Parts: sequence; C-alpha cells; structure tokens
Amino acid sequence: MVRLWLSGGWLAILVLAAIFAPWIAPHDPLAQDLFLERLPPVWIDGAEPGYYLGTDSLGRDVLSRMIYGARIALIVAVLAGGAAALIGSTLGLLAGFYGGWTDRIVGRIIDIWMSFPPVLFAILLVAVLGTGLHSVILAIAIIDWTRFARVIRAETMAQSRMDYVASAVVIGRSRLGTLAAEVLPNVLPTLLVLFSLEMGIAVIVEAILSFVNLSISSDDPTWGGMIAEGRTQIHFAPWVLVVPMVALFLTVLSFSQFGEGLKDRIDPVLR
Amino acid sequence: MQNAILRLLTTLVTLFGVAVVVFVVIRLAPGDPIAMMLPPGASEDDIARLRANYGLDRSVPAQFGIWLSGVVQGDFGTSISLRQDVGSLVLGRLPATLELAGLALILAILLGTTLAVIGTLRRQRMAESAVDLWNGMMLSIPDFLWGLIFIVLLGVVVPLFPISGRIDPSLNPDYATNFLLLESLVRLDFRVTADLLSHMFLPALALALPLSAVIAQVLKQSLKEVMHLDYVVLARAKGFTEITVLFREALRNAVLPTLTLVGVQFTFLIGGTVIVEKLFSYEGLGNLAIDAVINRDLPLIQGIVLLFAVLFIATNLIVDLTYAALNPRLRHG
Repeated sequence: MVRLWLSGGWLAILVLAAIFAPWIAPHDPLAQDLFLERLPPVWIDGAEPGYYLGTDSLGRDVLSRMIYGARIALIVAVLAGGAAALIGSTLGLLAGFYGGWTDRIVGRIIDIWMSFPPVLFAILLVAVLGTGLHSVILAIAIIDWTRFARVIRAETMAQSRMDYVASAVVIGRSRLGTLAAEVLPNVLPTLLVLFSLEMGIAVIVEAILSFVNLSISSDDPTWGGMIAEGRTQIHFAPWVLVVPMVALFLTVLSFSQFGEGLKDRIDPVLR
Repeated sequence: MQNAILRLLTTLVTLFGVAVVVFVVIRLAPGDPIAMMLPPGASEDDIARLRANYGLDRSVPAQFGIWLSGVVQGDFGTSISLRQDVGSLVLGRLPATLELAGLALILAILLGTTLAVIGTLRRQRMAESAVDLWNGMMLSIPDFLWGLIFIVLLGVVVPLFPISGRIDPSLNPDYATNFLLLESLVRLDFRVTADLLSHMFLPALALALPLSAVIAQVLKQSLKEVMHLDYVVLARAKGFTEITVLFREALRNAVLPTLTLVGVQFTFLIGGTVIVEKLFSYEGLGNLAIDAVINRDLPLIQGIVLLFAVLFIATNLIVDLTYAALNPRLRHG
C-alpha cells in the first residue's frame, strides 16, 4: 500500500510538471548564457538565486531542462507503452483464445523476437528508422510487444477454459464477441500492470537512445541528453549528471513499484 | 554425434538468416554514407567513383553476394568511416568485450549464489525478506542506471575506481594479443592486471547486478524445493549442519534449472555491454557499434551485428552442451 502511494505520488508530480511545464519552469530550457555556465545548485556555495539546480556548461538552467525533459519521457512512456500494449495484447488474446495454428505462429514469433537482446535491437532499429522521437517510440513498440503478448496469451488461455466462457458460447454469443465482452475485461488488470512496467522500460530506453545521441536533437531537453552532457562535465559540474540520474532512478523505480503494487491489490489470491 | 551435426547445421542456417536480415534491413536505412565521407563541393564524378569503390552502385542482391563471398573467405569489407578492414577492427575489439562480459558473469554468479544461500539458510526470517527486497530493486534498475550510479558514487564522490577507458595509457603493455587481462595473468604482469581490473570493475558490476538478481531468485527457488526432499532430510537426520547439507547435497541438484536461465540472460548481458561500454568509454565492441551506427558505417555495422549473433549462438550452444554434460538423464539421448 505504501509503495503504491509513494510511487504514485512521484509519478503524479512528474505528470503535473510535464503538463504545466511552461508555467512552472523558471527559465527557457534552451536559453544559453555563457556568463552563467556551470553554476552549482542552491545548497552549494557560489549558486545564483533563481537557478535552483544550477546550470550546465552552456549556462542552461538544469531545473527547467528537467521539467521539459519530463514531457518527452512521459510522451514516450505513454505512446510507446500504449502501442506495445495494443499490438502485444491483440496478438496475445487471439493466440490464447483461438489456439491451434494461430497460437503456434504467434508463439514462434515471440520466441524469435525475445532471443535478441533489446538494447542492441533498439540501436539497430533506430539506425534503420532514422533518429527522432517517432523512431524511438516505434522502435520500443516493435521490440517490446512480446512482453504483453506472452503474458496475455497465457492469461487468455487460462480464462478461456473457465465456465463463464463456455456459457457465453452456449447462450449464443459469437466467438469474437465472447473474446471482447467476456475474456478481455478479465485480462484487463494484468494488462494494466504490464503497461505500468512497460512505461518504466520505455523511459529508460528513451534515455539510453538520447544518451548516445540517437533520439531527438541534442539541443532539446531530454534526461538522456542531459546525462550525456553531464558525463563529460562530471569532474567540474557533477550536478548536471546527478539531477537527471536521480529523476530517472525515481521514475523507473516508481513505474515498476506501481505495477507491482497494482498487482498485489488486483490479485485476490495475493491479498 | 548425429545430434551434434544436426545442431551445427541448424546453427549455420540461423547465422545465414541473421546475415540476410541484417543486410537487407540495413540497406533500408535512410541517409547516404558516401555523402557523409566527402567534403562539401565534391563533384558528381567523385561521388560515383567512391560509390563504385565500395560496391554501393550494384543491386542489393548483388551487394549481398559480394559481401557473403568475402565473409566466407574472412573478408568483411572496409569500414567507411574508419577506412580500415572491418574484420581486423572488430576482432581487435572483441577481446575487450569478452573479458568485460566474462568478469561480469563471474561477479553475477558469486553475488547471486551468495544471496540465494543466505536466503535459503535464513528462511522465514528478516534476512530472507531483505534478500527479496534487494532482488526486486536489482531487477527493476537496469545496467545503464547502475553504471551511472557507480560513476557518481565510486568514481567521483569516493574516487575509488577509474571511470573511463580500459587501461591507464602510461602502462601501455606491448602484448601479443588483445586479451590484455588474460595475457597479463599468464605473463605474471600483475601491475597491468590490477590496473585492468580496477578499470573493469565498475562496468562489470553494473552489468552483473541485474543478472545476479535473476540467479539469486531462481537458485533460491530451486534450493527451497530441494531442501524438502528425502535425501536432504536424511542428511540432516544424520547430524550434518545446515550449511554442509546445503553445499554438499542440495546445491548440486539445484544448479541445473539455474544454468539454462543464466545462458539466456548472459546473451542479454552481452547486449548490455553496448551501452555500458559507451558509458565508461571502454574500448570494446559496443563502443565501436554505437559509433558505427552514428556514422552510418554499413560494412562495420554488418560485421559487428554478425559477430554479436555468433556470440549469442555460441553461448546457447555452450549452455546446451554443459547442460547435457551435467544432466545424466540426457547423456545417452
């Protein structure tokens, strides 16, 4: 329960920051000022008022870049996670419900897909699709649909053997109608848990790709881009790296803990 | 014997499939590598000449034919951005990545086994919940973030370890191979060994932590099952201490399910080296791979991906063979 509140709290702060970024951010995230470069955060001597988390090597405000970076992180999390969920759960539902050759084909594709390490797969895909936010989202969806398909397939299979499915067919509901109206609502809780976990993964993948400069342009504020910049300044201005690192850490941990907490609450066996 | 030959054949078919897919997919990529090589103001003639030089003026199947016949003869083409032979570039970097992945695997096994043993010996007590909590954390934080955390904590706040490179440039060992760590051990050149290990420790640990959690989880689960079996109960009844029972009787039988899983997860660890090497500026394959992608260096990307595919397939093969060797039920299969 506690972890659901803590992780949910951090995610809520993040969502609010992303939505109201233009009103909250104290500075323009792109504005450079070489007279204000590498200012430390407020709790270290030499800080400048108004720059709460300091500035980077081009004099850009770290806090403002963090807030705008949250926008990109969350857009990728929702869109990529949503697309992966849509592809994966559709295939998982069909394979689990119809069985037979549909199941064999989907199962085989999942096996092949999952034998390739995701980070390498992502970098290769982005190399092919070209850099940019849309390729990052597409790459994550193309790679991670298997996470949904595998679990939803197993869950659907278990549900399909239940009496309520048989009764729905007996009273004359069509196969597809049964799947949509009876089975789907019962796998929805699992889908939600997976979606939460997937959003955490998407945030990390976006950060990795923008860290190696394969996401959107390096001027745009992304956490991964800030980490890359901070890595080169680590001995002069460690806060440029530490601030986005902590945000990334909390966000990834929150998504996974939120998912796990949700699982405990939803699953009556565990409660 | 027949099994082994069949296995080898399917492996070759898989490799060929990987080669075709990678070749075709990479040809779909937007962006012209030739345009990136030439200075602005190069004439149409220059562009055409360079294109022909790299064989890029032929059709895709013809390019694949040329590339494949080269690969069979050990010629992987020429890197466009570095203008060097792809084969020697890639093989020159491979030892660094293998040594890093190997060290990470050793760390993961040591850590994972320790956690599993603690969790099993202290079942239903505080220690077990602590192990479970720690495991959950290890699993949800990926290697990239661990790497960053170590850079900050153990590289900058408490500067115990170097955070970039493979070796101190002033040491510059004049070795015959690029397996610097192994060769320094063979030559008893421990100053070099120590320096290499201190450079490798943080990236290897970052790679090892998520894997160690997987090992701990699975090993703990199978240890738990084994600890209730009759022969363990008998050993306990004979008066052996819990630790002796665990190490002498239970562990041997609990290792098998863990082994298969470690094999699969190890391929993920090798994949993870790509980003961790970049993070620690470690001169391995992964670092080369990222530069190749950024420079759209098609021959180099192909060579690296093919080599990674070989590594994954080899890992799975080794795991299968070890499994067969350790599991007496499969010995005459």
